[in-house]
Parts: sequence; structure tokens; C-alpha cells
Amino acid sequence: MLRHIRASVVMLALMTALLGLAYPLAMVGVAGAAFPGQAAGSLIEKDGKVVGSSLIGQVFAGESYFHGRPSATAEAPYNAANSGGSNLGPTSKALIERIKEDADKLGKGVPVDLVTTSGSGLDPHISPEAATWQVPRVAKARGLSNTDVQRLVTQHTEGRSFGLLGEPRVNVLQLNLALDALPKR
Amino acid sequence: MTFNGWAQIALFCGLVLLLTRPLGGYLDAVLAGRRTFLSPALRPVEAGFYRLAGIDPEAEQSWWVYARAMVVFHIVGFVFLYLLLRLQDLLPLNPQGMAAVPPDLAGNTAVSFLTNTNWQSYGGESTMSYLSQMAGLSVQNFLSAATGIALAVALVRGFARAEAKGIGNFWADLVRITLYVLLPACILLTVFYVWQGVPQNLAAYTEATTLEGAKQTIAQGPVASQLAIKMLGTNGGGFFNANSAHPYENPTALANLVQMLSIFVIGAALTNVFGRQVGDERQGWAILAAMGVLFVAGVVVCYWAEAGGNPLIAALGVDNAAGNMEGKEVRFGSPLSALFAVITTAASCGAVNAMHDSFMPLGGMIPLLNMMLGEIIIGGVGAGLYGMLLFAILAIFLAGLMVGRTPEYVGKKIEAREVKFTMLAILSCPLAILAFTALASVVPAGLAGPANAGPHGFSEILYAYTSAAANNGSAFGGLTANTVFYNGTLAVAMMVGRFAIIIPMLAVAGALAGKRKAAASVGTFPTHGGLFVGLLVGAVLIVGGLTFLPALALGPIVEHFALLAGTLF
Repeated sequence: MLRHIRASVVMLALMTALLGLAYPLAMVGVAGAAFPGQAAGSLIEKDGKVVGSSLIGQVFAGESYFHGRPSATAEAPYNAANSGGSNLGPTSKALIERIKEDADKLGKGVPVDLVTTSGSGLDPHISPEAATWQVPRVAKARGLSNTDVQRLVTQHTEGRSFGLLGEPRVNVLQLNLALDALPKR
Repeated sequence: MTFNGWAQIALFCGLVLLLTRPLGGYLDAVLAGRRTFLSPALRPVEAGFYRLAGIDPEAEQSWWVYARAMVVFHIVGFVFLYLLLRLQDLLPLNPQGMAAVPPDLAGNTAVSFLTNTNWQSYGGESTMSYLSQMAGLSVQNFLSAATGIALAVALVRGFARAEAKGIGNFWADLVRITLYVLLPACILLTVFYVWQGVPQNLAAYTEATTLEGAKQTIAQGPVASQLAIKMLGTNGGGFFNANSAHPYENPTALANLVQMLSIFVIGAALTNVFGRQVGDERQGWAILAAMGVLFVAGVVVCYWAEAGGNPLIAALGVDNAAGNMEGKEVRFGSPLSALFAVITTAASCGAVNAMHDSFMPLGGMIPLLNMMLGEIIIGGVGAGLYGMLLFAILAIFLAGLMVGRTPEYVGKKIEAREVKFTMLAILSCPLAILAFTALASVVPAGLAGPANAGPHGFSEILYAYTSAAANNGSAFGGLTANTVFYNGTLAVAMMVGRFAIIIPMLAVAGALAGKRKAAASVGTFPTHGGLFVGLLVGAVLIVGGLTFLPALALGPIVEHFALLAGTLF
């Protein structure tokens, strides 16, 4: 028995040094050298200040921006320090009432991703249909033509990887940054 | 359901089948201690580990010594991890200043990661320091996975050997699997995940100012290195609360595909190791075929349920074409969310890329059922193979009863002792699930847990104990589990689900190893054909169905009919 204890203690110490310290720390070094942008969280800077991450959604409430999906993260929507979903079941009264309220506000035929919360509460994407749905509102608020705004949406629509994997999507933060970058009229 | 969805499912299945044999050959060589292409670099490291720990890797252990070494290693691991979590506020690599983990949560978490369950009563980015994630949780991700594989191989040796006393050496198995399989693969996977966008840094969380001028704190950390082993070791414990639904933990559909493959490849390859060891690879393919039948059936039902969407939402005038999107990410949609859910519960991984709690009633029932069947559809690394081999013993015993002769499986006579231990292993997990669910459904501390009312609330409780006892770790996340009652009972369920299976299983391994090889005769029932596959699937479904149908009827099944009737809770 004593032999097992000694072997266990030594083995755990060696494994912790190798797998718990050497491996992740070496990976921090390799990742930072090979892919510095991704390793640091794909942050987006504007005028020298971090405005977010291309992988993390954020709240957009103004009329002149495209809106992301509703978010159920703790404390506040799009809380990137505490991810999570609503965890409401399909027969939940709270779920159906919340969606009814949003759907009534947005109008008939609204794409489902605009009235449902994501698993992470940080989904950076909406479907191309959900972006197109918002084009008239954004165009009106910015004094642009629907065609110009729709063209921007189409430019920012990412297809499936290799034409097969995943679903078509639009990154809301990047689309809104592109909107802001349009020449003012 | 779309053609594209089915094409992705077919691609996944094809890739798993392609990888099974080559990886099986490599694993077989590593576990036998033969030379591989990594040996020149790793042999000295391996030898150093043995020398420092005072181990003779050639010394064969009886099943009892093997089990004892394994249990002692778990106890030492528990003490270390518990202390690390309790003291994390005093230790370095804690840029966010996380407080010490409370005792009940630390105990639950330590048991959870040691048993390869990775049930999480906490949210990672709001609870754990980087040191706890790296040196505590990640290390156990490696070791519990290596232990699972070692145990499976011990049982395989029981079938393969004749009149032998030993079933291998626990320490040698543990070290070889870690050094030659898990670590090299994780290094490659980490680099791949970072390329796809998974962060790997030690910085404090980033403070961003959004376009509309609000403050957003963005949690990060050494995510990629933990993600790699979390998937490959079928552990499933997320760095972030949202697990692989978090865009940092699963940024692209390509990363998602690699994560899904990581969950299945080792488990699938171990069926091939079994075939090689007993001298007939067809035996391995037969086991994999039985797993495949159950897997594909689950995918079809789950994908159908999720792609169909929620009729109550469609009735509100919402365009429901994308399916049930509550709790799902746009980049994955319903096909990849459903596929991931079935994979992660078929193999006792427990990582999620969508919230199972918000699945349709029947869509959420499939993950639940997968776990109830005993995590034998590919299963956790190692755990899936030994679980399925126990069902194979049961199936062959039932066949023997029908024709009235002593059953044989891959050349070993299956007798009373093996069948008794097999039944003990198979029935202990359902006992833990049903007894604890019943308890939590009546005591106030249990009833305080569910977030949803009605049958869905019962499903949340049932899912929690099923996930714990099956060592899966996924959750119907609405359940408030970070209480003394749930942390305590779930920890007990996790221990029953691990040790009450592996100790009888090792006893079976020891008994089998000591037997003579029985020569095949014309009366021997062939165990590599369709008839055996059907018998094995039947045995799994009969045991699972008889045990759990009443509980499922009270949860997802009644909720399905309530939904059709438009009843809300």
C-alpha cells in the first residue's frame, strides 16, 4: 500500500508539472508567436481603444445599428464575464411570453434568431435573413438607401466553410463598424 | 431538415470510420509498450517517470492490485485538487482575484473531474483562477481520461490472455497513454484551435468600450490548451460557463467539427484495439457497429425534433424555418447543435455547443436516453468500451440461456462469476439515478433546484443525476445545482457511477484472464456478424428501456404531449 501511495504522489507531482504548467505555458508562448491576434482574443481596436472582440457579441439598441440576438447572460445582456443561456424549456410560460412581446414589437415574419437567446448569450452573429429584416430601419435612421445598406449586409455575409460546414451568418459588430465607416452624406 | 445538415452528419460519421483503424493500430502499439515514431523522444521521459516513482513497468498486476493502485491514485488526486481549489485565492496566476472555492463546491468539483464527469456547479470564468484551470482541472482531464483507457485495456487483456495472473500494470498504462497519445495530440489541437480563434493567454480580462459606449468585460485566459484535452479526453468541463457554445471556446464550424471528432476518435479506435488484441478485428467492428446503430438512431430523432422548431413560437408569427433556436448559436444552427448534443452524450463527454435545457422535449430526451443506456455508444474514452463489453457479456449470456449451453465470447467461457459482476456493474448506475431523482423530487432542498415548472422541471432533476451517475457532465442548466444538497448528492452519484462499475469490471477482467482459451467449434455462436450486433443492441435497449421508461414518461414524453396541446407551465 505504501508503495502505491509513493507512486501516486510522485506521479501526480510529475504529471502536474508537465500537463498543468509546462504544457499550457508553452502553448501560451507558441500561440502568442504564431497567432498573436487570436491568442489575445481577436480584439478590435478603433482609435487606439478596444471596442470589443470580433468573436463576442455586444448590445446594440440604437435605431442606426444592426441589433444582435437577445441575450440571457447574468446581470446584464452580453455580459462577457459570465456567459450562459436562458435555459428555459420549450413549454416555459416565461419563454413564450418573452418571445411574444419581442415578436409583437418586431412584426410578423421576424426570423426566429432575432427573438431567441443564444446558448452563450454572446453570439456575435445573426442570420442573413435577420440582417436583411433590419435593413429598412437602419437605412432610414442613417438616411441611406435600402440598396446601399443591403449591399453592405451581403458583403458581410459569411457562407458555410467549404460550402458545407455551419450556417450562413453575419457578424453584427463588424457590420456596424462598416456602417460607421461609410462616408457621411 | 436540410440536405446540408445530413451531409455534415454523413461527413462526421465517415471521418470517424476512417480514423478508427489507423488510430487503433497506434494505440495498440503504445499500450503493448512497442516502439512508435515518438519513442526516440519520449522513451527517456517515460523511463524517468518510472524511476522517480519507484515503478517497475514490466511487473504484471493482478486485478486486485491494479484496482488498488487506481483507487489510491484517485484519493491522492482528490486531496490535491480539493486543496488547490480551496487555496486558489492565495496562489499565483489569479489575475481576476477569484475567491477560494467553497468547501461543498470544491469537493463536488474535485470528484467531478477525477471521475471524468466534469459536472460543473459553477461558471468557469466567474469562479476559477487560471492556476486552478491549468494545474488542477486540466491535469485531471488528462489523468481521468488516461485512467479510463487503461481500465478498458485491462479488460481487453482479460479476454486476450489465457491462464494469466496479471492484467497489465496500471502505472505503465497511465504514463504511456498520457505521453504517447494525449499530450502530443493536444499540442497539435491547441495550435489548431488558436488559429481558429480560441484565446490562449494569461492576461486579466479585457475592458472594452462598445460602439454604443457601454463597458464590456471580456473574459479570456489559457482556453485552447484546456479545450484540447477537454474534448479528446471526453471530459467536457468548459473553461467558460457556456462551454463550447461560447464563441471563444468554439469559434467556427471547422473548430466544431474537430471538437466532435475529438470526442469520438479514441473511443472508436479502442474497439479496434479490442479486435486486434483478441486476434480478430471483426470482433471490434461488430462492437462499433452496435454503437453506430444506436448513434444514428439518436441523431435522426434529435435532428428531426430540433429542425422542426417550437410550434408555440411559430404560432406567434415568427419565421421558424431555422428550427428551435432558443439556446443555440447562429453559426451552428439546428443541425450541428443536434449532432453535437447526441455525440457529447453518446460518448460521456458532456461538453455542449447549445443549451440542452432549451431543446424540444423529444430532442432533449435523446441526450438523456444516451446517458441512461450507460454511455456505451462510443462512450467515454475507455469507459465506453468496457461498458459495451459488459453488455456483450450479458447479451451472450442471454443467448446462451436461449439455446441452453455455456456461452463463449471471443474464446472465453462466460460463467456465473462473470455474469454476477457484470450485472452488479450494469445495475449500479440506474440505481443511483433513480434513487437520487426520487429523493430530490420529494425533499424541499431538491425541489428548490429546477428553474422550469411542470414536467420540464422534473426532467432537469432527472437529467442532473443521470449525467452525474453516467459520468457525462452535461446539464439541463436551469437547475440551481450549487447548493449543499445537490453538490453532495451529485458527488455521491458520480462516485457510484465510476467505481461501482470499474471495480466489478476489473474483477471480470481478472477472472477472464485466468481462464483457458476455449477452441471454437461448430456450436460456437459467431460474435462478429449481424445477428450478434442485433442481440447486443437488443440487450442494451431492453435493460435501458425497462429501467427508465417510467421516468422518461413523467418528463420529456408528457412534456411533448403537453406542447402539442399548447399547455404552458
